[in-house]
This record gives sequence, C-alpha cells and structure tokens, in this order.
Amino acid sequence: MEYRNVLTTCPYCGTGCNFHLQVLDGKLVGVLPAKGHVIADGGMCIKGWNAHAFVHDKERLQKPLIRKNGELVEASWEEALGLVAERLGKVKADNGADSIGILTSAKCTNEENYILQKFARAVIGTNNVDHCARL
Amino acid sequence: MSDRLTLLRETIERVLPEVEGVVALKQGPGGIVAPHLDLPSRPAELEALSLWPKYPVPDTLKIIQKAHPGAKLGVVCRGCEERGIVEMAKHAQIDLANVQLIGLECVTDEATFCRCYKPFTAHATTTVGDKIEGVPDPLADAFLAKSQEERLAFWKEQFLHCIKCYGCRNICPQCFCNVCALEDAIWVETGRLPMPLPPMYHLVRAMHMTAKCVACRECEETCPAGIPLAIQFRLMARDVQQMFGYETGAVIDQKPPQLLVLEEGDYAKTGLPH
Repeated sequence: MEYRNVLTTCPYCGTGCNFHLQVLDGKLVGVLPAKGHVIADGGMCIKGWNAHAFVHDKERLQKPLIRKNGELVEASWEEALGLVAERLGKVKADNGADSIGILTSAKCTNEENYILQKFARAVIGTNNVDHCARL
Repeated sequence: MSDRLTLLRETIERVLPEVEGVVALKQGPGGIVAPHLDLPSRPAELEALSLWPKYPVPDTLKIIQKAHPGAKLGVVCRGCEERGIVEMAKHAQIDLANVQLIGLECVTDEATFCRCYKPFTAHATTTVGDKIEGVPDPLADAFLAKSQEERLAFWKEQFLHCIKCYGCRNICPQCFCNVCALEDAIWVETGRLPMPLPPMYHLVRAMHMTAKCVACRECEETCPAGIPLAIQFRLMARDVQQMFGYETGAVIDQKPPQLLVLEEGDYAKTGLPH
C-alpha cells in the first residue's frame, strides 16, 4: 500500500503551473493543486485538472501506426522512424529544405523543444520552426 | 506552530504501529506541501511532516480506502476535514470503523484565513493543539447586509469571472457521484463550449452540496477567479440547520436530510413552500 504526491509542471501549455500527480500503488489516479506554488498558487484550469487522464487511458496509442493501403497498421518504432526519415529525406532532396516546417508543442519540455529546433536547423537545414503556444 | 508540529509527529509515531498507514501532510520539493501516506516501515518520512496549507485529506483517505478496503488507517484531520470524513461515511464513501481520527485543532491565524465557524474537531479521541472558538465570516456578514437585488447582482458579477475549470467540483471531497452530468457526452459535446452557463452550473452545484458541504473552503481556495464560494455554502448550511435541524458532520448517527423519508407533517415543519 502506497500513496504519494509527485510535484510536477503541467504539460498542457507554457504557463508553467505546478500540480501534484496522485500516485496510488504505482498508478496515476488524479491530480491535486500545489498550494503556495509561485505560478498558480493552488489553482488550475480545466486542462490541468484533467492532465492525468490520458496516461492510463485505454485508447492511448501504445505503438506507432503506419497507414498502409488506406488503413492504420501497428508498426515497430524502427519501421515508423525509418519511414519518416526516408520520406523527409526525399522531400528535402526533391524540393529543398525550406519545403519542410517543424511544428513543436507547448506540451513538450524545454529540452524537447530545443532538440526539435536543433533538428530543424542542423539536420533538415531550415528555419521553419514554430509551436502551438504562439497562437 | 513548531510545538504543534512536534506534538503531531509524536502522536503519529505512537499511532503508526497500530495501523497500516497514516494520512498526513508532507513537505516536498520547494517546500510545497501535499497529502501523504506515512507507513510504519518508513518512519523517517515523518521528518517532512507539515501542518499547513491544508488539503482535502478526506478525499485522499477515500482514494486509499477504496483500493484497500479493510485496511486500518489513521488520518490527521482538522475540524472541517473530520466533518467531511463523517459526512462521507454517512454516504458510504468512507468506512469509519477502519479509521483512526487524529484531530488537529486549528490556530487563530488558520481559522481567520478560512473564516471558520468551527475550527476544532468533535469526534477524534486523539487530538493535537488547543481548541479555539470559531471566528466571524466578514464576507458573509457583508453579503447579508445587502438587499435582495444587490445580492443577485453580486453573484451575477462573481460568476462572470468563472473560467469553468470545475476545480470547485474536482477538489470537493463531498462531490463523489459516480456519474456527473459534467462528464456526460450528451451535455458536454466534443468541440463545443460546454453547457451549462457558469451561473447555472454554480447554482446547480450549490443544490448538490446542500447538507453535504462541511465548510472546508477548498473550492474557494482553488478557484483561479477568486469567487467567494464559501459565502453561499455558509448561508445554505444556516438554512439546512434551520429547516432540518441538521449540521453536516456534527453527529455521526444522525441521518442527513437527503436520506430521510419525511413523515407526515415533517415537510410543513421545514417552512418550504408547498
């Protein structure tokens, strides 16, 4: 029997509200506000209040899917990433690096967003980088 | 403050060997406090025991108890939290027989912060701290001084601030319906702004909380818009007491009015319109 609260940052936008993930016997069961935290001081928006819901959702994708003959088929990460790399390489070779744009997300961490802009600039060779929080 | 903390730590240390765990507050990273389950196997965690800010611990207790029915648990509870636990037991949400209440009496600063009418426990046989009397609620008093029109205008204005986070529902330990209209796909259609409008939502929820709210004020505290929800619940509690002679969490074996079958003539006594 174990119940603990893990303080973390909300993954849904860039504001940076903190909350607690309620962990019961190793499973995420809910969220609790973080009273006294500098950003939202114990408040949350509707997204924060539901931030735990997708983790154990039965409809959450566990494996990548590749569309084959009009149907989404489960694939290995190796196959999926291989396909993405091959197609991006082809688009770049045919139409140039600036025909590709990278959209990142406020749901990512700073580090993930850093990697994505690095990927766009250093690997693809374009400055077309943007993200959903700039709406 | 530190005296109460030391006393509470000693009390939990005494209770821990007799139970499977004690629900109490623990200070975590950055000094942020949250509920925690202290286990007899990990007494060192009590070093981080904390008193404040308060959290909805009756809900924490319920979550653990539902997953571990029959487990004997201790819980550190303030007056409001104790009332919450008692009220939830009446509605079959908590099994009181397996709970050892460790009462934590509030100090004046805490009671003033909560505008609390009853900052002390009534059922816990083990208590920490000295009982103090309740304090007035200046916000409720100011509200009562208003005319009927001013009161309506006050709530209309307040509910305009609502951002519909539904935090007041989510944090409330007394909000435990298995099915909630807010999660019904019929009412909350994907891709559309959810009904009902904020004033309607708050008034419907207020009706749901009748004779259930124990004035822990968690809803008001978590509201990002600062809506003083405790005012309406305090006045509703007053009405429930006047109409039904019922005070939430006060008497363990007194049935709440929602669960009572009214005998002939009882309805007339409530003073409600026919």
